[in-house]
Amino acid sequence: MICRQRWHIFNVGVIVGFLCAYAFVHYGFSRNVLFQSVAQKSMENADDRNWRLERSALFRLSHPHHSGEDSSLSDDLYNKIRILCWVMTAPGNLETKAKHVKATWSRHCNIVLFMSSVTDNDFPVIGLNTTEGREQLYWKTINAFHYVHKHHIDEADWFLKADDDSFVIVDNLRWLLSNYTASQPIYFGKRFKPYIKQGYMSGGAGYVLSKEAVIRFVEGFRTKVCTHTTSTEDVAIGKCMENVGVEAGDSRDTEGRETFHPFVPESHLVGKIDKSFWYWNYCYYPITEGPQCCSDLAISFHYVDPLLMYELEYLTYHLRPYGYQYRYQAIVPEKAKLLVAHPAKETNIKVQRRRMNSNHTINMKDAKQNEKE
Amino acid sequence: MIGLLCQTALFKEMNITCKIRKTMITEGLSFMKGLVLGVILCVGITFLVDIKKGPLSKIIQHKDSHLLSASYLQNFAELPIHKQTELRQRVRVYCIIFVTPKELEQWAAVEQTWSKHCDKAEFYSSEDVKAFKTINLETADKWKMILRACMLAYQNYINEYNWFLIVNHNTFVIIENLKYFLFDKNPEHPYYIGKSLKHGSDNYIDSRGGIVLSKEALRRFITSLDRCLENYKSVGHLSPDVVFALCLKYKRVLATNAEDNKGRMLFNTNIVNNLINEAMSTHPQNVLNGCCADTAITFHGLSPNQMHIMMYGVYRLHAYGYYHLDGELVFLPPDDSDLK
Repeated sequence: MICRQRWHIFNVGVIVGFLCAYAFVHYGFSRNVLFQSVAQKSMENADDRNWRLERSALFRLSHPHHSGEDSSLSDDLYNKIRILCWVMTAPGNLETKAKHVKATWSRHCNIVLFMSSVTDNDFPVIGLNTTEGREQLYWKTINAFHYVHKHHIDEADWFLKADDDSFVIVDNLRWLLSNYTASQPIYFGKRFKPYIKQGYMSGGAGYVLSKEAVIRFVEGFRTKVCTHTTSTEDVAIGKCMENVGVEAGDSRDTEGRETFHPFVPESHLVGKIDKSFWYWNYCYYPITEGPQCCSDLAISFHYVDPLLMYELEYLTYHLRPYGYQYRYQAIVPEKAKLLVAHPAKETNIKVQRRRMNSNHTINMKDAKQNEKE
Repeated sequence: MIGLLCQTALFKEMNITCKIRKTMITEGLSFMKGLVLGVILCVGITFLVDIKKGPLSKIIQHKDSHLLSASYLQNFAELPIHKQTELRQRVRVYCIIFVTPKELEQWAAVEQTWSKHCDKAEFYSSEDVKAFKTINLETADKWKMILRACMLAYQNYINEYNWFLIVNHNTFVIIENLKYFLFDKNPEHPYYIGKSLKHGSDNYIDSRGGIVLSKEALRRFITSLDRCLENYKSVGHLSPDVVFALCLKYKRVLATNAEDNKGRMLFNTNIVNNLINEAMSTHPQNVLNGCCADTAITFHGLSPNQMHIMMYGVYRLHAYGYYHLDGELVFLPPDDSDLK
C-alpha cells in the first residue's frame, strides 16, 4: 500500500515538474523574445550607439546594413573611400533640420561634422565664429574647410559639403569616386557654366573635394591665390578651384544622366522648367527633362524637407520590388581595383587632441592672418 | 539519512511521530524525484521539437500549398531554365483598375507606370471615353461597377489568370511584391486579401488599399451572388466593400490581412508621405523601422506626379553596392516600361 502511494505521489511529481518546466520554458522564451525585441528597439532608437563623438565630429563605427542583404561591395567601398561630410547648418535649424540629417543619410558617411555659427558640444556642432546670413556663406565655407583641413585632413579621402536641406546618397557618391583617387586635384557636383571657364559646382546640390583639392584650397588662401571674392559661395569656391588647378569633374553616370540635383526629385522628374528660368542657361551639360533627367544612382537632391528626407531614405534603402533586376546595372570602374582599404582606427589621436582648441572654434583671425601672410 | 532527518527540530516541534515522519519524508522524496523527472522530460521534449522545428513547421505552414515550400524557393536559381519560367508563371495577375472618365491624367499615369507590370491590366469606367481605352460598365454605381467588373473578369479570364487584383486609379501597386506575397499560396484555395477592417464581427477588405482574390475566391464570389443579392438588393447604407465581404462569407471565404514578418501593413490606404508623417509624431526616434514595409504592395491616394516619382523611387533609384538575397525569385523589367 505504501508502494502504491509513493507511486502516485511520484506521478504527481512528474506532472507538476513537467507543467512547471513547460510554463517556465515558454513564458521564459516569450519574455526573452520580448526582451530581445525591446533591446532591439532601444538599440535601433539609439543609432547613437553607432557613432563615436570625438573632437566635435561624429565618427561612424559601422556601415548601416539591413538583414537579408549582401552589402559586401558597399562595405568594401566604405573602407576604401572614406568620406567626411560637413553639413552647413544654423543654430535655429538643429532640431528642425540637422537632426533629421543625422538620423538619415549622414549615417552613411565615414565622418560627419555639423558647421554653424554657434558651437554645441552635445549635438555636436562646430561654431565657425561667423554670423548667419547669405553674406557670411563664403566665410563659413572658407572657415569650414580650414577647420576640416586642420583637424581631419588625414582621416578621410574626400570631403563633401552639403546643406541641412540636402539629401545625399553617399553609397552612390562612392561609386562615382571609385574611378578617381584622393591625390588627384579634382572636385565634383552639379556643374554650372557661367562665370568660370571650367564651370563651378552648385552649392545647394552639394559638392565633394578630393583631399588634394582641400590641401590646395587652404594653400591657396595662405598664398593669397584665393581670397574672399564674393559671398556667393559656390561661384567663389569655383574661382578658387580654377586658380589652384583643381579640375571640375564630370559627375554624370555612364548614360550621361546627372547625379547631383539642385532641386527635389519631383521638379526634375515631372516638373516643367520654364525656358526663361535661369536654370536653362546655367547647366553645363544638356538638360534632360522627364524620367531620364536623373541617374538611377543619383547622389544628391536639394530643398529636401525632413519629411521628404525620410521618404527618400525609405525609397532608396528600404522599399524595393522583390527579386527585381534593375535595368541600370552599374559596374565597378577599372580604377577602383587600385583603391586601398584604410584601417578603421585612426592614428595620432593623442597628438591631435593636444593641438585642438578647447572650444573648437576657428578664429576669423586665423583665416585673415593667412591672407595677410 | 532518513533517521537523521527524522530528528530535525521541525518535526520535533510539530509533534509528529517518527514513523509518520518517515513516511512523509519518503513520500516527499518520491515527489521530488517525480518533479525532477518531469522537468527533464519537458526540457528534453522541447529541445527535440526545436531541432525538428524546421521541417515540421514547414509542413504545417505549407499544408495549403503542395506547390512550394521555403526550401524549394531557395534553390530557384539552380533550377533548369524551363522550370524557372514555369515557376515565374506560377503567379499570373489580372488587374482590374477602376478609372473615372474626367481624370485623364490619372489614367495616363497608371497606364504608363505600374500597370505595365501586371500580366494583364484593363481599365473599367462608368462610360465610354474617347481619349483612352476602357471597358464600359454602363453604371456609375460603385457596387454595380464591382459586380460587373468581377463578372466580366470571371467570364473572360478565369482560366488564364490565377489571381485578380481590384484597385482604384489612384492606387500604386508594386506587382513584384504582390507576386512574392502570393508565391506560396494555392490559387485553388479561396483567398481574399488586402488591408482588413472590422464591420461588427466580420472582417472586410478596404478597397482603397486594393483587393486581391484567388481564382477560387472569384469563382465563389460569382456563385454567391444569387443568394447574396437577395439579401442585399440595394446596398443601402452599407459600403460596397462590406457587402463584398458579406457575399464572400456566404461561401465561407474570409478576409486575410496582409502583413510582413514584422507586422507592417503590405496594403496601405495612404501615401508614403502621410505614413511617414504619422511615424514622425508617434515614434520620432525611429521613424522608418516601424512605419512602412520593405516589400509593401500598395499605396493609395497618389496624384499622377506622385506615381511617376514612385516609379523612379521604387524601380530605379537605389544605393550602389547592396545585393538582396532574393535569389529565388527573379523579375525582369517589362519591355515597354522604360520611360523616356
